[in-house]
Amino acid sequence: MIELELDGKIINAASGSTILEVAIKEGKYIPHFCYHKKLSIAANCRMCLVEVEKSPKPLPACATPVTQGMKVHTCSKIAVEAQKGVMEFLLINHPLDCPICDQGGECQLQDIAVGYGSSASRYTEEKRAVTNKDLGPLVTTEMTRCIHCSRCVRFTDEIAGYQELGMGYRNNHVEIMPFIGKTVDSELSGNIIDICPVGALTSKPFRNQYRSWELSRRKSVSAHDGLGSNLAVQVDKYHRVVRVLPLENEELNECWISDRDRFSYEGLYHEDRITSPMIKQDNKWVNVDWETAIAYAAKSINGVKTDHGADAIGVLAGANSTTEELYLLQKLMRKLGVYSIDYRLNQADFTLDGKQHGASYLGGKQTDLLKSKSILVIGSILREEQPLLAAKIRKAVKSGAQLNLINVINEDVLCHVTNQIVCDPREFAYIVAQLVKATGTHSDIDLSNVSLSESATSLVNSIKDGGYIVLGEIAKMQPNYAELLMLVDVLAKNIGGKFGVLSGKANEIGADLAGFVPHKTEFNHKAKNFGMNARQMLENGKKAYVLLNTELECDAYNSNLALNALTLANTVIVMSPYVNEQMRSYADVILPITPFTETAGSFINFEGTWQKFNGVTKPLGDSKPAWKVLRVLANTLSVDGFEQNSIEDVRKELIALNDIAGYLNNSMDISKMVIKKPDLSNLIRIGLQSMYNVDSITRRAKSLQETKQAKIPTLMISSGLADSLKINALSNIQAKQLGFGRKFDIAISDTLPNTVVMLAVNNDTCGFGGRFEVIELNTYLGNYK
Amino acid sequence: MLSQDSLKQIDKELTKYPPEQNRSAIMAALRIAQVEHGWLSNELIKYVANYLNIPPVQALEVATFYSMYNIEPVGKYKLVVCTNLPCALSGGVNAANYLKNKLGINFGETTSDGKYTLKEGECMGVCGDAPVIIVNNHSLCSHMSIEAIEKKLMELQ
Amino acid sequence: MAIYTSGVIFAGVDTADKDCWKLESYIKRGGYSALDKILNSGMTQEQIIAELKSSGLRGRGGAGFPTGLKWSFMPRALDGQKYIVCNSDEGEPGTFKDKDILEFNPHSLIEGMIIAGFTIGASVGYNYIHGEIFEVYERFEEALAEAKKAGYLGKNILNKNFDFDLFAHHGYGAYICGEETALLESLEGKKGQPRFKPPFPASFGLYGKPTTINNTESLAAVPFIINDGGQAFQDKGIINSGGTKLFSVSGHVNRPGNYEVPLGMPFAKLLELAGGMRDGKKIKAVIPGGSSAPVLPGDVMMQCDMDYDSIAKAGSMLGSGAVIIMNEDVCMVKALERLAYFYHEESCGQCTPCREGTGWLYEIIHRIEHGEGRLGDLELLDNIGNQMAGRTICALADAAVFPVRSFTKHFRHEFEYHIEHKKCLVNHKWC
Ligand SMILES: Cc1cc2nc3c(=O)[nH]c(=O)nc-3n(C[C@H](O)[C@H](O)[C@H](O)COP(=O)(O)O)c2cc1C
Ligand code: SF4
Ligand code: FES
Repeated sequence: MIELELDGKIINAASGSTILEVAIKEGKYIPHFCYHKKLSIAANCRMCLVEVEKSPKPLPACATPVTQGMKVHTCSKIAVEAQKGVMEFLLINHPLDCPICDQGGECQLQDIAVGYGSSASRYTEEKRAVTNKDLGPLVTTEMTRCIHCSRCVRFTDEIAGYQELGMGYRNNHVEIMPFIGKTVDSELSGNIIDICPVGALTSKPFRNQYRSWELSRRKSVSAHDGLGSNLAVQVDKYHRVVRVLPLENEELNECWISDRDRFSYEGLYHEDRITSPMIKQDNKWVNVDWETAIAYAAKSINGVKTDHGADAIGVLAGANSTTEELYLLQKLMRKLGVYSIDYRLNQADFTLDGKQHGASYLGGKQTDLLKSKSILVIGSILREEQPLLAAKIRKAVKSGAQLNLINVINEDVLCHVTNQIVCDPREFAYIVAQLVKATGTHSDIDLSNVSLSESATSLVNSIKDGGYIVLGEIAKMQPNYAELLMLVDVLAKNIGGKFGVLSGKANEIGADLAGFVPHKTEFNHKAKNFGMNARQMLENGKKAYVLLNTELECDAYNSNLALNALTLANTVIVMSPYVNEQMRSYADVILPITPFTETAGSFINFEGTWQKFNGVTKPLGDSKPAWKVLRVLANTLSVDGFEQNSIEDVRKELIALNDIAGYLNNSMDISKMVIKKPDLSNLIRIGLQSMYNVDSITRRAKSLQETKQAKIPTLMISSGLADSLKINALSNIQAKQLGFGRKFDIAISDTLPNTVVMLAVNNDTCGFGGRFEVIELNTYLGNYK
Repeated sequence: MLSQDSLKQIDKELTKYPPEQNRSAIMAALRIAQVEHGWLSNELIKYVANYLNIPPVQALEVATFYSMYNIEPVGKYKLVVCTNLPCALSGGVNAANYLKNKLGINFGETTSDGKYTLKEGECMGVCGDAPVIIVNNHSLCSHMSIEAIEKKLMELQ
Repeated sequence: MAIYTSGVIFAGVDTADKDCWKLESYIKRGGYSALDKILNSGMTQEQIIAELKSSGLRGRGGAGFPTGLKWSFMPRALDGQKYIVCNSDEGEPGTFKDKDILEFNPHSLIEGMIIAGFTIGASVGYNYIHGEIFEVYERFEEALAEAKKAGYLGKNILNKNFDFDLFAHHGYGAYICGEETALLESLEGKKGQPRFKPPFPASFGLYGKPTTINNTESLAAVPFIINDGGQAFQDKGIINSGGTKLFSVSGHVNRPGNYEVPLGMPFAKLLELAGGMRDGKKIKAVIPGGSSAPVLPGDVMMQCDMDYDSIAKAGSMLGSGAVIIMNEDVCMVKALERLAYFYHEESCGQCTPCREGTGWLYEIIHRIEHGEGRLGDLELLDNIGNQMAGRTICALADAAVFPVRSFTKHFRHEFEYHIEHKKCLVNHKWC
């Protein structure tokens, strides 16, 4: 501890901290531009100059460490004069047309300049003009406004992991620029808008529409990945979301959000949004009032129940629904005797149901993961699945952690990777089995057929002293997920480490603990009646389906099965904010519910943090929050226990979640297993999804769809496979699964193993089979176009 | 984009620095690339960056910061004359003016036959030998009186 | 042409001999005996530092910081990589001494750097060479190859279980890389943008490792100090200004060049060595320590001695030892305009006051020189200077302000005349 005097006040501060840090802690404002608490210190703007007694010249508060007995004056004559001087320099080449600038009203330069009541300019020469740069569909530039604080450059380098912006040239010709002809393609790029203290970098989608003071600002939680970033959502006077900004939460998103969290809002008002209930009559859709629609839905449910039994009904929901919605829906359904309930739409293997000891989660807090010396991630394209977690892992790697990856593609995570194994996903379990064998034994697991590869040996060296193992979406979708997870459990024990799973969706743990699974009711209670899981429901063809917040043909593990099942069903009741063509053909009634921005609710993120939020705006048109719809539906069906008048009433039933830790548990019963080398003789599909196609809102967000990330090729194979199949980039290729085929252009990439075919999950592949199932490729002669 | 010889020179530069510090060789690598191509096009800068495995924008920063890199095409001979104060006092400005007249171009321009580009230089650290002219960055000519300039121009055909 | 007299670095160097730079020649002059002495007599790091301290050697790069003291700051007992870096990025207008050391006596620097490496516990060194002298860089590379071949560099030097590697790094045109932390950034392959200090290079230098940076002349003087002892070096100069110093004399003299003379020599004597004023013109102004040092009127200068204290007392600084001499035909506005242009051009651009201020200063002086000066411009210049000096990361901003302040102070009437009459008071001739 160090004792110093700040503007006459004696203060104790940690040694090594800077004057600015100490001042901020004391609630004292020192003007600054280049300093940003999450970035390295540049000390180049010189705005934060303060007077330090005994120093012959003013010192930059942001970079000057405090010392014992130091006497600092932040607003003495010397300090203010120095700051005013810097301000004058900043303004001589800066346009003074704040009223037309997009940053107007939220510009640090404007704020500070006003504070100094700057007089008429003494600068009479011509102002410098700087050409604008094309940074892509998300960020607009007005480079003449740039004050060269270099925050954006440091952000791309230090946080986003790859320096995409630079400061070119020198003297007063310095310019912030991307490499010529390149855009800023980071999945975190939008943050440079926030950190730019002036109007040089602004949001392209938001541009020129509003002034910040016309907007109200509401808290929310992101619905697009498992981290649960906190959001400040800005709403205009017509109750429309017009901008999304990060809300600082040091434990979760710090002061950042991913581009997905920031720009998905554009999808909220897509033309597919439905604002009135609809029922299908004589194969035509007609808009009806809520009473009619709900009566119709209730009648359909009752009808199927009477004719075919409650067992003939299946209930499926997207895990980006709120905990309250999911809880009410399963409660209603179970009361009706319907037990086939599931949120795990893209999962293929459910053999662990009933054998796991609690809700699967990260296995600790994020900090536990980031503190560990070695991390092993299996089956996750980290930057796409969890953009911010990936950034944090990069930071951990920079401070010495080792990162190891086992995945189906060679992902560039933009930091040093100690071991990276790119393999056919059928090999995941076999590789983990090798790691198990290298670190110990297990009485129930027969490893006699497992032989250790070189890459596995090298990986063991990294994780053997308490590594942290994490499984991502791709791992969780595998047809042998149970085997894989059990092996990981054993491995974690062998190495004295931890393991966990990442939620790809915002509320997987919420769904699990709300009882939205066939084998458990709320709070991990074992279900008395086991229903079918998501896969069985589609394989076995229910007579009726109730869908909440999902476009099942895109979200299901097996689109082909989903479309067949929904088409053949007698009744499909859909609760969704959006409608699409497929839905129009399989659904019978569509109830327009609101997305997360228009309802109160809560999500539980991948580490088990329960975050409640309110709607940031009114429901659009006649749409309604799902929890209200469910309540009325239950009343109409005369089911008791649905008297909730507010979200608080619903949460009263969820009060147990306040002690959530007791429900989170990754351990499981280990079954007897014999591990064999997988057979890779068939080609297998890798059904990946663009990171901007993960949910109904995101896939409709216009600007995100224009980014590089959104434009992943539909069909892609390795050059090795292309050679052996005698295919080149010009070949006409048909991909085929379950007898369903379609022709595609082909892309060739060396990031893939040779036994897989990447066939993306998107509109064009709707109707294809399982995401990680066998696939055929056929070449055609001639031009099909 | 670069000859085997240039790549070999770059590889040699790389051995000067610790293995994880490839970036240190960027200045030399850009110099070597410029010698081969005469100037640094964007493609060339990107190529060099990729060769050293660093983000292209970092190479661009370097190429635009240091004054001896040509980020635009130059004539066959780039003549840089130091006109800084110490040189000016010993004929630097006179030499520059003579060249301007003789070649019919200003600083920053190239003769229409593409032979000469004239640039104004800052202190080259040889003020005692003024006037000084540097030809194509690497050949320093001192005591450039009018006669010496004439002679030099004859050589540079 | 350069003349070397009583110095330590150039003692015995016959610059007319085209092989004088070679190893063979250096050895004949007694080269590498200091290294030999250290490794064979078992001189300790502490003893070497003590010797340097007693020599009174002050950094020849401009700041004049005692070299022995600087070396003592290195955490030499600490394990891990450390570096010694030589600053041969000589670009301060008027300075051209380091180039001559590299060209005519490169092994003195190499030997000095090896000894420095030994003393501070660095096993690797870099010499950063100014961009515009490519041929000198190539020669230095050759000298390095010679030294390596002879076993003075590399592993197990002189079989004394001491490893040291030395490499040359070629700059490519940026004055600011002479500032030591900009130089480090540049060595790391970045733009030459100075770093904020603290941390100082001795704790966080090249690649974040402890690093000592010295000027070429400082390092090249080390072998003499080891051979003849610190006291012998000190005795060549005067108190507080030990040793000899290379002065680069340029401008309106008959024999511009480098003069290695004892510190404390009267300026008049140095002028005489340089052949006196060209064409017998009157001396008007002298910048005694490189363009960043304040200009002094000729008559003031004639009363000065060439040492740190005397020049400081007269209101300027010894700096890098570049003595720029101007005669009565020079218009001071024009001279300042050229210098202001230089600092504007060479500002690295990161600090607001320097980036914007150097440009603004130049624009105003340019305006005055071109007959568009206004009343109040001199106050504005002064005021802008006050807003720059001491408020930036490195001293370039100060270096840009010193000439402005001193020119407008000592030759104020010329500036006023320019503003008032829209033309020059003197009939300006550069030479
Ligand atoms: C703008 C600027 C330019 C400089 N240029 C040089 C230079 O060209 N050569 C040099 O040795 N030192 C130069 N210096 C001084 C160095 O920063 C540093 O003090 C010096 O290299 C230390 O060596 P010394 O202690 O041996 O003098 C410069 C400093 C500044 C602020
Ligand atoms: S003072 Fe000038 S040259 Fe020095 S770091 Fe700042 S901007 Fe760069
Ligand atoms: S905030 Fe301190 S110099 Fe910019």
